[in-house]
Amino acid sequence: MRLLPSATAFRFIGRRLLNAVPVLLGIAVLNFLLMQLAPGDAVSVLAGESGGAPPEYIEQLRRQYGLDQPILVQLALYMKNLLSFNLGHSFRHGMPVLDLILDRMGPTLLLMGSAFFFSLLSGVLLGVTAAVAVNTWRDRAISVLSVITYATPLFWMGLMLILLFSVRLEWFPTSGMEDVVAFYEGWDRVRDIARHLVLPMVTLSLFYMAVYARMMRASMLEQRDMDYVLTARAKGLTERKITYRHVLRNALLPVVTMAGVQVGALLGGSVVIESVFAWPGLGQLAFQSLFARDFNLLLGIFFLSACMVIVVNLVVDLIYMALDPRMKIG
Amino acid sequence: MSSTFWKRFARNRLALGGLVFLVVLAVVVLLAPVLYPGDPFRIVAQPFLPPFGDYLLGTDSLGRDIAAGIVHGGRTSLLIGIAATSAALLIGTLLGALAGFYRGRVDSLLMRFTEFFQTIPTFLFAIVLVAIMSPSLASVTIAIVVISWPPIVRLVRAEFISLCEREFVQASIVLGMSDREIIFRQVLPNAFSPIIVAGSLMVATAILTEAALAFLGLGDPNAISWGYMIGSGRSFLRDAWWLCAIPGVMILLTVLSINFVGEGLNDALNPRLRHS
Amino acid sequence: MTEKTVLAIQNLTVALPAWADRPIAVDNLTLHLNKNEVLCVVGESGSGKSVMARSIMGLLAAPHVRITGGEILFEEENLLKVDAERMRAIRGNGIGMIFQEPMTALNPVMTIGRQIEELLEVHLRLTPAERKQRVIALMNEVRLPDPERIYRAYPHQLSGGQRQRAMIVMALLLEPSILIADEPTTALDVTTQAQILALIKELQRKRETGVLFITHDFGVVAEIADRVAVMKHGVLVEVGPAEKILAAPEHPYTRSLIAAVPGLTPPRRAPRAAAPVVLQVDDVTKSYQSPSYGFLRRKTAAARPALSNAAVTVHKGEIVGLIGESGSGKSTLARCITRLIDADSGRIALNGTDIGALSRKALRPYRRQVQMIFQDPFASLNPRQTVARQIAQGPITQGMPAAEALKEVSRLLELVRLDPSAADRFPHEFSGGQRQRIGIARALAMNPTLLVADEPVSALDVSVQEKILDLLLDIRDRLGVAMLFVTHDLRVAAQICDRMLVMYQGEIVEQGDTQTVFADPRHSYTQSLLAAVPGRKWGATRQA
Repeated sequence: MRLLPSATAFRFIGRRLLNAVPVLLGIAVLNFLLMQLAPGDAVSVLAGESGGAPPEYIEQLRRQYGLDQPILVQLALYMKNLLSFNLGHSFRHGMPVLDLILDRMGPTLLLMGSAFFFSLLSGVLLGVTAAVAVNTWRDRAISVLSVITYATPLFWMGLMLILLFSVRLEWFPTSGMEDVVAFYEGWDRVRDIARHLVLPMVTLSLFYMAVYARMMRASMLEQRDMDYVLTARAKGLTERKITYRHVLRNALLPVVTMAGVQVGALLGGSVVIESVFAWPGLGQLAFQSLFARDFNLLLGIFFLSACMVIVVNLVVDLIYMALDPRMKIG
Repeated sequence: MSSTFWKRFARNRLALGGLVFLVVLAVVVLLAPVLYPGDPFRIVAQPFLPPFGDYLLGTDSLGRDIAAGIVHGGRTSLLIGIAATSAALLIGTLLGALAGFYRGRVDSLLMRFTEFFQTIPTFLFAIVLVAIMSPSLASVTIAIVVISWPPIVRLVRAEFISLCEREFVQASIVLGMSDREIIFRQVLPNAFSPIIVAGSLMVATAILTEAALAFLGLGDPNAISWGYMIGSGRSFLRDAWWLCAIPGVMILLTVLSINFVGEGLNDALNPRLRHS
Repeated sequence: MTEKTVLAIQNLTVALPAWADRPIAVDNLTLHLNKNEVLCVVGESGSGKSVMARSIMGLLAAPHVRITGGEILFEEENLLKVDAERMRAIRGNGIGMIFQEPMTALNPVMTIGRQIEELLEVHLRLTPAERKQRVIALMNEVRLPDPERIYRAYPHQLSGGQRQRAMIVMALLLEPSILIADEPTTALDVTTQAQILALIKELQRKRETGVLFITHDFGVVAEIADRVAVMKHGVLVEVGPAEKILAAPEHPYTRSLIAAVPGLTPPRRAPRAAAPVVLQVDDVTKSYQSPSYGFLRRKTAAARPALSNAAVTVHKGEIVGLIGESGSGKSTLARCITRLIDADSGRIALNGTDIGALSRKALRPYRRQVQMIFQDPFASLNPRQTVARQIAQGPITQGMPAAEALKEVSRLLELVRLDPSAADRFPHEFSGGQRQRIGIARALAMNPTLLVADEPVSALDVSVQEKILDLLLDIRDRLGVAMLFVTHDLRVAAQICDRMLVMYQGEIVEQGDTQTVFADPRHSYTQSLLAAVPGRKWGATRQA
């Protein structure tokens, strides 16, 4: 893999970050608009729940949160708050939204990150295996596996895995991220979390693994017919070397692009998975805020998730750049 | 043209099987009011009756007929899947055609817009939308449309760009045809195959999204759906696993069939690919 | 098999899969290649020449394309019988190969140096420093500029000619006794082609290599061949010394092929009477903005315009050639005139009206007057419409009732010498030459006063090319239509153009009567262009 000259790389990152600014602004505005569309403002929800609060009190709350201002002023206020990483207040939890989110960020990143790498690695491996042995039983078995996982709803797959591996076989715990009453420390805690992680990670990975496996197989087969493979063969290279040195790297390019595109979807998937496995992450938080009608919190999660996707996309672009010298910089 | 199309399509056994399954499903679903008249939410017997007893697929935790739920739920899934896909295809094709045909500023603006929607975590966006609009058949459909049109724009745009480089399009310009005629009469018919294939696969994705939303409790409370049935059965996984298993298998089979049909269409519409 | 024979192909038969357009690619072919000679294998598309070349190296697309009979003896060893390991040892070491399109023949994500060194890694045991030294040495010999930089470069960073030189380094690094060159100059500009041909010849003589050179171009044959083999539909029709085949071919097919090669001497033309001006282009300039989707658009330094201050005059019934290599701006000018792209400035007057200034809508009525013929017969017709529909499309768009326009179709088909029954069929049922005729009929349906033909015969086999040129001349004579003929091929230009304009880097550097320009080129670029035409000496001697 080619190492980038650092100056170019920095310029690239700088440019990409600048390009991300309008996207972030757009998401912020969208977020604000969604908040306006939400039925009833936060204060009325809060007041309604505290049971017949006096109207003067409600008015006071409205003023306090700036909800009596014209909409553009509110938008400006909202943007100003965003700039200082103030995502607002969760009335339900009585805490700043940002604190709540940061608190739950870790578990989600762990789940998403491990699923991202596991699905990409296993997908690429399966795809290469299938392409190398095209039209054999191995290829067919991989095809059947990926076709089925591709068509299975994530949450149902999770439930069925729980049924098999937790309820029947009792290999893995059914839910949660760790055994909180066991008070494990050090490596014991790591091992405990890993045991809890296996099922949700595998569930979340399966669908994307299928996506990458199919894509990698198709990409390998396409690259195999290119002229440069003929050149490599004419040099006297073994088929093995042709596959792993020439075809593989070219075939990887569209899969890496795809993986970047899928990060946002992966995040969505983790909402469902966290709900199935009671994984204490952002998804769970979003799920709870949904039913508490805590829109401030829900939209805060939405905003930060979008930021996360932008960052991950940048990383994927950098990886792509290292893989493909044709990518023009600047 | 059409007879060779069918021959090629039928050569793919899985695609044919998928099509048969979907046709049967469509007929059953259309006959739902006749097969299982009345409200599928109605309690008909005692809860947790296992399948193949008095009730074909048993009863759920409240004593509702699971078979009735499956049939009526299939209606919801297919309805939302097809409606959302049609709308997304319409929007995506139109925007993609404009971007790919005019290029330049129109393209760059439309692509920024599309990219923006692709950056947003789609499923989370759908959740937010449904939550804000409050769950109903319409809001779920709208949410799915909003998150599914961007890939179509990219696909159609790419097709248009490559077709517009073909000289027959330039010939049409030189002949003095209007842009509208060129876009809809000359270019679009040549881009139909990939759009149809993508559209068929998108129905599957829409059904999966609808199921996931319903599973989380964001489905229309008045329309039973497979995702809702799984969601309401999950607490009883240990003792009554079929509550979850049956609707799940239905989703799996439906989505699988759609994918097979999609691949069959791809084989039939792009015959070159078969030999490579 | 004599001592100096390095390769002997005996009774080779190669079968194609069921879905191919023909059952057999190579039919019972016997041919040999000597040490220190260039054997050109010539044929039109579908002659099986490439399949034959690939079967020597065992590079056929298995399992679909397979050898069903014969043997290929390389230095006494039957290549069809050796095991995979032995075959690999021969590839690159005993036999080297270069391909038509050097861009796709090189791995896009690997440096040039690395790709060439792989060859040494496979066949020799050398230290990295020794490997690099050998690669750089040969890079110097093939005159690649700044070998150290090219060694580290990726394929996309080189020009087409440099890429092909790099391929030659790769093919000849181990001094193989045979070099197989499959149309190695077809994708290159004519001046680059001349350099690569000279280089191959030079290296071949120095190393006494046997070169099997596949080509469709008799000009190239005249330039490089010692012996010539002619193939048609997989069968070898004639083989012999180059002088003999080029001067006195025996087989009628060879004779027809050679006769179809346009001569380099323009035929004598009767002086034309002064005719009204159809097209008057003044001072047209066009530069392309590099498309940028960035949020912060950078001010890019103004690039050299694709076209600067072009001026052209075309009279009624006149054929004017726009001659140039790729990037010369000839297609840009043609597209400005047909308003497929908009010029930045200048005047384009068609029969007195400045169409350059008209809005797209206001332009529509004038579209009738200028029509276009395109290069690629496979892309220039809509695959989903019948031939009649496409030919009648233009008049219908201009307001003619559909029934009337469709009635005209059979007359137009006859005009381009196609059977009227073609009307109800779809484009895929026709050959390349037939499709080009349909494209011409579509343009003629509008009754244009000016036809802009953009490389209309470049994608066609030479025998088909001759017929299309003939047709275009006939149409000009019968209809008196003016023609702007864009081409990179000086032979074609010599045959069809009354006047020609030579373009170089966006500028018209020379113009004049075709005969005058050929006989007495003034501009140095025109001179080098004429000097680079392959087989120009042969062309001069063979004129009847």
